[in-house]
Amino acid sequence: MQTEGEYDLSTGAGLIACPRCDALHVERELEPGETARCVRCNTVLASPRAGAFTRIIALSFASLVLMVGAVFFPFLEISRMGFGNQTSLFGVALAFSHGALMPLTVAVLGMIVGLPVLRALLLVYTLLPLARNRRPFAHAVPAFRLSEALRPWSMAEIFVIGTAIALVKVAGLANISLGPAFWAFCGLILVNAASNVFTSATTIWDAIEDAGMATDGREIVPETRA
Amino acid sequence: MSVPSAEAPVLTAHRAGLVGCRSCGRVWPEAETTCNRCGSTLVPPDRRCLNAVWAWLAAGFVFYIPANLFPMLKTSTFGGLRGNSEATILGGVVELMHYGNYGVAAIVFLASIVVPIGKFIAISWLALVAGRPATVQAAHKRLRLYEVVEFIGRWSMIDVFIVAILSALVQLGFVASIHPGPAAVSFALSVAFTMLSAQSFDPRLIWRGLPLRSRKDHE
Ligand SMILES: [Zn+2]
Repeated sequence: MQTEGEYDLSTGAGLIACPRCDALHVERELEPGETARCVRCNTVLASPRAGAFTRIIALSFASLVLMVGAVFFPFLEISRMGFGNQTSLFGVALAFSHGALMPLTVAVLGMIVGLPVLRALLLVYTLLPLARNRRPFAHAVPAFRLSEALRPWSMAEIFVIGTAIALVKVAGLANISLGPAFWAFCGLILVNAASNVFTSATTIWDAIEDAGMATDGREIVPETRA
Repeated sequence: MSVPSAEAPVLTAHRAGLVGCRSCGRVWPEAETTCNRCGSTLVPPDRRCLNAVWAWLAAGFVFYIPANLFPMLKTSTFGGLRGNSEATILGGVVELMHYGNYGVAAIVFLASIVVPIGKFIAISWLALVAGRPATVQAAHKRLRLYEVVEFIGRWSMIDVFIVAILSALVQLGFVASIHPGPAAVSFALSVAFTMLSAQSFDPRLIWRGLPLRSRKDHE
């Protein structure tokens, strides 16, 4: 670990470049509760670490439990004039299972179930040792990189709003009852939103590095050179 | 993490002969190609990324055309006695307004027509002006626009989900049934490609060519 204000402009050691505007900043440890922002474009560069990882892990577990409920309980039920129909989350994805629409089934299942589950697992895998001040597990770096790359494609929250709109659309047509899976999904959105508040990618990268992730030795720490 | 003083001139990694990692912020000598901390590919902030932006954007636009020409939803009521209807995106909006569902009509119109077209225009404009000199205020506006595009782009997928939910739910045999149309696939692809286009855009380009003297924009 390097002391505050020590940096090397020829190698970039001890510096942080804003990912949004490229402005250079000197890396230093934050005060408790302090959030570091870019001086030029105000992008968050690092957020408070204390307790955040434990909270993200807890929220990830909560989202996994809710997702199990969302997948296995009935989702929505509709009835009119003696005709009734019930659908689960799988039923929604399977709506596209005819002919040329088939690939969309896989995509929809991935966006609303697969990727949220995978991201929760990857986050737990990355953060579990860090929250207990241990060395990260093997392959924590590619695991967290994958989790970040999948972030925009995990669309559970968009799906819930879509459900609400679809329900308004058929409300006049038939009687609808909401199953436990619907409520589990709504809970999932709140949990994910809370988790996103605590997740700052740069902070987690920093923690992985501080916890002694093996690098190939190219990294220059000023103290050891001086 | 701060420069010594807020009044000090802003030095960029590129100007200092370094390259910053876009995913974790670590700074490396310009010759490096992979970030040693997070394993991402290091790319200098230059106009090369624009090729990918234009290519994905073109793909997104190509798929947006059939998405509007083919039906999104096929509805049949009372075994076809009340008629089978096939609605395109725009047709669906008109139908919703016809039934007095103005709120839902507005949301579908916004998510499926206004947002995608706005996104095509916004990304094209950002790519066209990228790297050209700008004032600090203009750069802040462009970054804000980029963030809006990045945030709101995924929400267009909502129409695909609505189609999926309606088709899975409204299967009332003789009374009414809804099936998805081919436009759902091309619309989903169009949204995915424009998302990739926005992701390919390097926001650091917005700030290239800015006078670097001071963030307080005085000469
Ligand atoms: Zn990196």
